[in-house]
Amino acid sequence: MRFMVLVPGSPDSEAGVMPSLEILEAMTKYNEELVKAGVLLAADGLHPTSKGAKVRFDGGARKVIDGPFTEAKELVAGYWIWECASREEAIEWLKRAPFDGGVEIELREIFDPEAFGEQLTPELREANERLREQTGTSS
Amino acid sequence: MVDPATHRAIDAVWRIESARLIAGMTRIVRDVSVAEDLAQDALVAALEQWPQSGIPDNPGAWLMAAARHRGIDELRRRVTLQRKQELIGRDLQTLALLDQTDLAAQVDDIKDDVLRLVFMTCHPVLSENARVALTLRLLGGLSTPEIARAFLVSEGTVAQRIVRAKRTLAEAQVPFEMPGRDELADRVSAVLEVIYLVFNEGYAATAGEHWIRPALCGEALRMGRILTALMPGEPEVHGLLALLELQASRLRARVTPGGEPVRLADQDRARWDHLLVQRGLAALQRAEQLSGGLGPYTLQAAIAACHARARSIDETDWPRIVALYDALAALTGSPVVELNRAVAVTMAFGAEAGLELLTSLADEPVLRDYHLLPSVRGDFLVRLGRLTEAREQFLHAADLCDNARERELLLSRAAACDT
Repeated sequence: MRFMVLVPGSPDSEAGVMPSLEILEAMTKYNEELVKAGVLLAADGLHPTSKGAKVRFDGGARKVIDGPFTEAKELVAGYWIWECASREEAIEWLKRAPFDGGVEIELREIFDPEAFGEQLTPELREANERLREQTGTSS
Repeated sequence: MVDPATHRAIDAVWRIESARLIAGMTRIVRDVSVAEDLAQDALVAALEQWPQSGIPDNPGAWLMAAARHRGIDELRRRVTLQRKQELIGRDLQTLALLDQTDLAAQVDDIKDDVLRLVFMTCHPVLSENARVALTLRLLGGLSTPEIARAFLVSEGTVAQRIVRAKRTLAEAQVPFEMPGRDELADRVSAVLEVIYLVFNEGYAATAGEHWIRPALCGEALRMGRILTALMPGEPEVHGLLALLELQASRLRARVTPGGEPVRLADQDRARWDHLLVQRGLAALQRAEQLSGGLGPYTLQAAIAACHARARSIDETDWPRIVALYDALAALTGSPVVELNRAVAVTMAFGAEAGLELLTSLADEPVLRDYHLLPSVRGDFLVRLGRLTEAREQFLHAADLCDNARERELLLSRAAACDT
């Protein structure tokens, strides 16, 4: 299962201020953990919205709105793409991320129905059921 | 009774922590079998306590401490009960090791611990089957039933393989350490072989109803990715990962929704997974930068990359693929590689040239019962318009093939020669 983790923007990211060395170090360490576990597939940071644009669609009309955009809460400053066995595993990884200050990080499963072949999903589900059974009986 | 959501969360923690936990415990108690038992005990403790207490902030450290405490309790009890002197001696030693270890000081070495564990589970004293089972279990964190399911064997068989493997490691006194410089290359390739075997069993199942088992490919990919992080300086580790990423990128285009295989030439390349293609090409680049001469996995990845970069079968750089197969054949001397080389030669220079190469391969003992030889010959004959002969070859290939889905494809190709 693939997940996208959306990291929201902040006044600092919008102002183009680089994070402190401390935060960068913590984030690098965290990213290394993700890589070592074979979880991290891709990651990117985005430029501030001042460099971005919006296009508004109304009937046949197209209106271009240049950045910066004001509702900072809704802005995305970066993302990760993760490969995890389950939603729970993705959540468990996200809980280990070095964020603070009440920030909320959004985790979304990437929709890809054909990725691993429909006919095998029941098999996988069954494998998980068995794991649960097995750990259940040993407790 | 643990509620399902908590159980899934504990499963997730286990998947993340089990390899590090088992590796860390192995370093302390110096016996992988005891280490795994203690790790399992810690999992049991988590299943008992976390549903009430919630998952701790640092579940890895919690499990490590629980494994140690359980070990100490269990050993103290056994030592009191035991009569046989030598057993007490061994348990006392383990007990002392557990008692004296400063867990906090262990944390930094965990990366190396996992690598030592991998070298142990892929050790040459073990049979191929044993290596695969033990690696999936200890590095991959898969349960015995999951492994049994993946390889279409009974749970008893897998459990027995694992028990025997651990016994073999103990009897051979295989140390929990990094291989020496002189044997490193061989030991690394033994590890890569295990990962590749797991991937291949998922990518083109040798038996069973399904032609591909993507879950197995996914596990192999995960282990390959872990290995590149553990051994970033080894070119062939990146080469293998590149090969796996590139092959996996085609998984969803390789079967129809009904489960029938789709040949490379017929695949809808828009359905390839382009994130995996990019990752594969990047891994290949790292392998090439690190490497003096390209190793077998890097060469195979370079061949896969030729396909990944091409928009269609006709736009593929076949002469380059032939050159890469030349290098691979020189390195491996494998008849299967020669067979693939013949396919590339046909694509680059025509089916006459390819057929000629096949003639010289016909006597290879390895290929005698290999269904792909007649299948490839049939394909060349179709290209030359020799349909009656082609039909015979496809039927022969179908006879030799053990996979139900692939056999159907071969029979349908034979039938197509009639029209």
